[in-house]
Amino acid sequence: MENKITIDQVRHIASLARLELANEEEKRIARQLASILEYVEKLNELDTSNVKPMHHAVERTNIFREDVLKQSLEREKVLANAPETDGVFFIVPRVL
Amino acid sequence: MNYEAVIGLEVHIQLLTNTKMFCGCSTKFGMPPNTNVCPICLGMPGVLPVPNKKAIEFAIRLALATNCTISPVNQFARKNYFYPDLPKNYQISQYELPIAENGWLEIETKNGARKIGIVRIHMEEDAGKLIHDENKPLSYVDFNRAGVPLLEIVSQPDIRTPEEATSYLKTLRDIVVYLDICDGNMEEGSFRCDANISVRPIGQKELGVKTELKNINSFKNIQKALEFEIRRQTALLERGEEVIQETRLWDPAKGITVGMRTKEEAHDYRYFPDPDLVPIAIDKSWIEEIEKTLPELPGPKRKRFVQQYKLPEYDAEVLTSDKNLANFFEEVVSLFPKPKMVSNWIMSELLRKLNEEGCSISDSTISASNLAELLELIDDQTISGKIAKSVFEEMYETGKRASTIVEEKGLKQVTDADFLEKVVSEVIKENPKEVEKYLKGAEKVIGFFVGQVMKKTQGKANPRLVNELLRNKLKEIKNDSV
Repeated sequence: MENKITIDQVRHIASLARLELANEEEKRIARQLASILEYVEKLNELDTSNVKPMHHAVERTNIFREDVLKQSLEREKVLANAPETDGVFFIVPRVL
Repeated sequence: MNYEAVIGLEVHIQLLTNTKMFCGCSTKFGMPPNTNVCPICLGMPGVLPVPNKKAIEFAIRLALATNCTISPVNQFARKNYFYPDLPKNYQISQYELPIAENGWLEIETKNGARKIGIVRIHMEEDAGKLIHDENKPLSYVDFNRAGVPLLEIVSQPDIRTPEEATSYLKTLRDIVVYLDICDGNMEEGSFRCDANISVRPIGQKELGVKTELKNINSFKNIQKALEFEIRRQTALLERGEEVIQETRLWDPAKGITVGMRTKEEAHDYRYFPDPDLVPIAIDKSWIEEIEKTLPELPGPKRKRFVQQYKLPEYDAEVLTSDKNLANFFEEVVSLFPKPKMVSNWIMSELLRKLNEEGCSISDSTISASNLAELLELIDDQTISGKIAKSVFEEMYETGKRASTIVEEKGLKQVTDADFLEKVVSEVIKENPKEVEKYLKGAEKVIGFFVGQVMKKTQGKANPRLVNELLRNKLKEIKNDSV
């Protein structure tokens, strides 16, 4: 199971995740991802044809809240971690 | 060569819940920026979203109203992408198990009713709002809208013309408003539409290359945007060029669509089930419980109005376009059972007045029972139709009852024949020239005499009686002169 993940695939995934990787890192991560996939591949050895699909690890359904208002956060706190703010908005580099 | 368009619509509706999809923040529109937010809708670490039960029920309502199959198991999924209006860097949506699939809507077209298929309806949360600085390279983010519950309704590519697209949207909007799940306001963005459109030579089975149109915020614009895009794509194909698959923005000021920069990778959303949210099971009894609360929908109501009240199709359509208006009509008819007369007064007088004031029926100062009373007064000839219009104006301004206004102003129709005969004689005496014209055969002059009588009685004379008296009187004169 060598070379399961190509460098191009690593670059694609990295760019989707907005990660910048050095050449060294790309190679190392390709190896690591390949070995993770290989490990998970083991599950395919099991016969699951008679097992119902599982939708969630927790066997509970229908946990809801009623449509009732709760206090929101004060704006000062909301904006406390903003990269930049005018006290009203989060300010970011222009998009579009 | 002749081309036809193939159109599919994706509609996002904002649900009329008090609170957001996964937290208790308010969904109210127009609040100061970043005041309806909390750690959950801001996507802070360690928080746990919990679904709003009402939003699920609203989704079931729409699924039932659009003839969909409701999925017994629902799972939320994370749609991963980076954009400044998305605080968590993923949107909670549904992917493999949407709440509803395989429905249809019936729309009215020039060529009669048509069914438009619905592929799926799924639940998701809205993103925040971005405001771009005009001068500096900055964008301002307001997260008040982030986490507001949305339903996305995806149609089959069954739509062939811009008119059909508009009809589909109006039908869908009327339904969601009737269901009380969305206010249907396109300008404020609570009812939004994207369109997928391609063209192909008529007769060709394979679909052409499609573009996706965004930023269409009114019924007029959807029509114009689709018309433009059909012309653009057809022109490309006729020149032997190719349509590029891309997202295009509608520019309402210029009346054109403009291609957006496209990054193919951008569409790789890497959906996966959201581990923070357990599945939602929807059983038969829950569906039945909700089904019981569904109102009569606009389509069936329109048909019933035509049948039950013998109204023209047009009247039925106008009256059922708004649930409250339809209720108002039925309330008036229950008190004054002459449906066409009620319809005429609502459509010509009441709606005109409401439109002038920019109001809806729920703002009307004239109640159903007051309108019924006014019509009763016309019907039993207490007041003339003309006087009724001025009474109506006064009712609208003051909120007073019709009978009160008629009493106060002494507007009762004069049906006293002796009195009217005197007035008729006066009018005839005062206008010898017109009498002569009439005697020479100018029948139309009768209108002039009626007008004069009305003037003398402040419009209160019963017109039919005046007409009769005038004709009799003039006949007498004619016989005498022979």
